[in-house]
Amino acid sequence: MNDEKPAGKPAKPGRLNAEIQSRIGHQLRAMYDDVVRQGVPDRFAELIRKLDAPEGELAAKKDGRD
Amino acid sequence: MPLTDSLRDDILASVPSLRAFAISLSGNGDRADDLVQETLLRALANIDSFEPGSNLPAWLFTILRNLFRSDYRKRRREVEDADGNYAKTLKSQPSQGSHLEFEEFRAALDKLPQDQREALILVGASGFSYEDAAAICGCAVGTIKSRVNRARTKLSALLYVNGSEDFGPDETIRAVIGSGNG
Repeated sequence: MNDEKPAGKPAKPGRLNAEIQSRIGHQLRAMYDDVVRQGVPDRFAELIRKLDAPEGELAAKKDGRD
Repeated sequence: MPLTDSLRDDILASVPSLRAFAISLSGNGDRADDLVQETLLRALANIDSFEPGSNLPAWLFTILRNLFRSDYRKRRREVEDADGNYAKTLKSQPSQGSHLEFEEFRAALDKLPQDQREALILVGASGFSYEDAAAICGCAVGTIKSRVNRARTKLSALLYVNGSEDFGPDETIRAVIGSGNG
């Protein structure tokens, strides 16, 4: 992939719009997937593991006990 | 349903996309992770209300979205984050496109009305159907479609107002961006 802008003739308006939409979709997914690829941070894995507890304890933890 | 091992695993498996959704909505990595944490606590505290066999990611996204909404009303989002602080929250930069292009895109996304931004992210990035996105946002399917269309139109105008100068022959564009089109 490269991000150089090709120096060509302008595309037709209708097709241009489709290309812009495709490009926007691509950018949106690139932004989103970059975070998805970071996986599960330790703090969340830890949180879920800790919450493997009866409901009473769950409520206690939710109230701020760490 | 009770919190089984497999349900816990499924919740954990949803964390990466919940984070991506939260960061996309809020534009702030620290706040996004707080939102995800609050979402997980709410989900686990209310796990009895989750119907077995229903769409777990959609259920979790609904919780996160509603938390973000109520949080948003309490404190206006920090405007300065539209200027690129978001990028600093990422461990790595997006692999495609330039850093500048990424920041421009992020800034444009932040200029969308919240309704449109969340609809576009749910459908265009999270990969939810229009029906699921409508359920998450608590509105009609037609409303979601309309919001996504308006979001795309607005982004086009913001990013590519002089678009014809940015694009070459069709073949080149296809080679650069691939064939994916939502």
